[in-house]
Amino acid sequence: MPGISIKSARILVFSTEKISDPAIDMAGLLKLHYPPTVYTITVPCSSSIKPKWILRAYEKGFDGVFIAADGSDCPYGETCTEKTGKLVQRTHEIMKEKNIEPARLKMAAICSVCSESFVKQMKNFNEYLLKNIS
Amino acid sequence: MNTKIGVYICHCGGNISDYVDVEKVKQAVEHEEGVMVAKTTIFACGDANQQEMVDDIQKNKLDSVVVASCSPKLHLATFQAVAERAGLNKYNYVHANIREQVSWAHSDNKPGATDKAIKIVRSAIARVRVAEPLESFSINAKKAVAVIGGGIAGMKAAIELSSMGCPVTLIEREHFVGGHTAQWDFLFTSNETGKELVTRLYNEVAARENIKLYTGAEIMSQTGSIGDFRLKIKITPRYIKEKCHKGNLQKAIEACPVDVPDEFNFGITQRKAIFHNFPSEYPQIPVIDIKNCTRCGKCEAICESIDFSQKEETLEIHVGSVLVAVGFDPYTPAEGEFGYGQLENVITLPQFKRIIDLNDRSLVYKGKKIRDIAYVYCVGSRQPEGDNKYCSRYCCTSVIHAAIQVKKKFSHINNYHFTRGIRTYGKQELLYNDSLKAGDIYLQSYEDDPPVVFSENGKTKVKINDILTGKKEMSVEADLVVLVTGMVPRENKALNTLLKIPRGRDNFYNEIHMKLRPVETVIDGITICGACQGPKNITESANSALSAATKSYSYISRGELSLEPVIAKIDEEKCTWCGLCAEVCPYNAIQKGKSGTKEIAVINDPVCKGCGMCLPVCPYDAIELNSYTNREIENMIDALAG
Repeated sequence: MPGISIKSARILVFSTEKISDPAIDMAGLLKLHYPPTVYTITVPCSSSIKPKWILRAYEKGFDGVFIAADGSDCPYGETCTEKTGKLVQRTHEIMKEKNIEPARLKMAAICSVCSESFVKQMKNFNEYLLKNIS
Repeated sequence: MNTKIGVYICHCGGNISDYVDVEKVKQAVEHEEGVMVAKTTIFACGDANQQEMVDDIQKNKLDSVVVASCSPKLHLATFQAVAERAGLNKYNYVHANIREQVSWAHSDNKPGATDKAIKIVRSAIARVRVAEPLESFSINAKKAVAVIGGGIAGMKAAIELSSMGCPVTLIEREHFVGGHTAQWDFLFTSNETGKELVTRLYNEVAARENIKLYTGAEIMSQTGSIGDFRLKIKITPRYIKEKCHKGNLQKAIEACPVDVPDEFNFGITQRKAIFHNFPSEYPQIPVIDIKNCTRCGKCEAICESIDFSQKEETLEIHVGSVLVAVGFDPYTPAEGEFGYGQLENVITLPQFKRIIDLNDRSLVYKGKKIRDIAYVYCVGSRQPEGDNKYCSRYCCTSVIHAAIQVKKKFSHINNYHFTRGIRTYGKQELLYNDSLKAGDIYLQSYEDDPPVVFSENGKTKVKINDILTGKKEMSVEADLVVLVTGMVPRENKALNTLLKIPRGRDNFYNEIHMKLRPVETVIDGITICGACQGPKNITESANSALSAATKSYSYISRGELSLEPVIAKIDEEKCTWCGLCAEVCPYNAIQKGKSGTKEIAVINDPVCKGCGMCLPVCPYDAIELNSYTNREIENMIDALAG
């Protein structure tokens, strides 16, 4: 069976209910495949993710964390991008202090129709993590 | 802590169980802490299965439920309602998406999909174990709907909304209403013309006080969400005064020196820079096509109604729901596709329909009298490669109807149909029968051996290996070759960028579920109908318009919306009022308050929208969001990592 023997990195995705969740759902609908070790936790807005949740994911064994950010489409306002950027920056600093490679936390804007972009991000992140982390 | 959990894992017919071993998932989770009932079910959403869940909850006194099935966008509300019917708080229900994000996404890796499904169900159980009951609250919903698109579907929806007492803003990009229907002559099955149908609907729209129609209007920006959308609309002027002198205006049209291809006739005729598509077209005032106008001044000299001082206007509207009915475009064949663009007597079906309408006594195209007509089916539809793999559904009926009409209107016509199988479903089969009785010839081929259109000795011919006669090669010398073109989504880049309605593999807008939620989109408060969501005939478009109008109105009819109580809450013990949360809140929902003598942050519950922007900025982790608490998220992370 294709794909079984290929090792995949464990990636936790924080996705947003109104914006990136529909894109990830549509990736499935379109049968756009990505590694099955990508798991999603839904949040209302990407700027609501607590750094301690991200750190817990590494502590529990995830190789990477991906924030599927609302970007400029955020229904809660245009400051989302800046605020998500700040929380990522802060988490990167904590990761450095804890000797966790900051590249294991990635963020990209995924709009409600960005299914292909999401799948591309997952494949690239998986490859990066397999090559550099796992 | 919930300790009596019911878990249901859905096969979704085979949509899930073809790729995920649902029995293995059940076995993997049935002994998880707190799980009292674990079952698999063929269709969890089926009425009988919903009732079984209600019975299980009541019989076993379950305190929480997990259903692992499709996307929560489709059935979260269904199963929350099941929980409520059984007497549970709906927030003690957690949905696990193992279809869109597991079985479909990983259909290439069944063991991987099963492992992922197990972890996702475990994480849902871990979440529901610490879920807390919550009570909903309400916000005001603006009781008005914006309908985008003034074709048949848009006008029908607007009239229906108006009848329900709902104010409507009807926004049409073109300067005339009716969409493509206005371009058609007689229609099947009513024998009414497209123009008559448009006129009837327009008169009804115009008679309604609570419908405001804007033509030449486009959405420039959209903000807000369900119940509270704000749209900015740009309205381009007609450059002609509303009360104009018809006689002088007609002279001005005749005086206009500009000639451009007439879109109304799909480019087979020319029009002036001042134009209306047909007499009495609605709105009844012509328009100046400012892009092609040379400002020569000839029309101004003749007619006092010409007014180049008219300016573009911008308007902001406030509505509770947006209904999108922006229609389709006919497929334009590529240069050389079945001779299109290379042989002068190869045209498309929409062009052919306009030619029938424009000709009177005899059928003439480019100065030549037409007798033998060849129709090549499925052009731009059912293509083995490219985007247009879908069947456009309306074209078989439309071309057969046109072929019957052309025979009725003109004498000595012979029709030759080069098909890939006829799809005149339902009552439309009667039309096919009429065509056969009238002596039309039907030939057929498969997609791997399509007919060939070529020129020989100055004659245009169509050749086919006809499978109905054992692949015998047949050829017809045709005076006119009609390419039976399908539907493609209308070009709407700006609107697509603004509204972000997901589109499917065919590039038409996607509904949440074709059967169960056929006019709703994943964007709350935005509905779709008509041919913008997939090829439809006029009847089907009108039906879906009625459905979308009802759905849009149902969101806002009470003037308020029940909202989820997903709002921030402050841990008074941890909070020391540093003010950081109030600084980042985009809604000013957090103020300084007191708990006894201690200063703390206080949430204004009805103002809080539950975005959670305040969560990560608190240095003491003193803010949590209902349904997204630390315990819930951390439990899920632990279960997914396990």
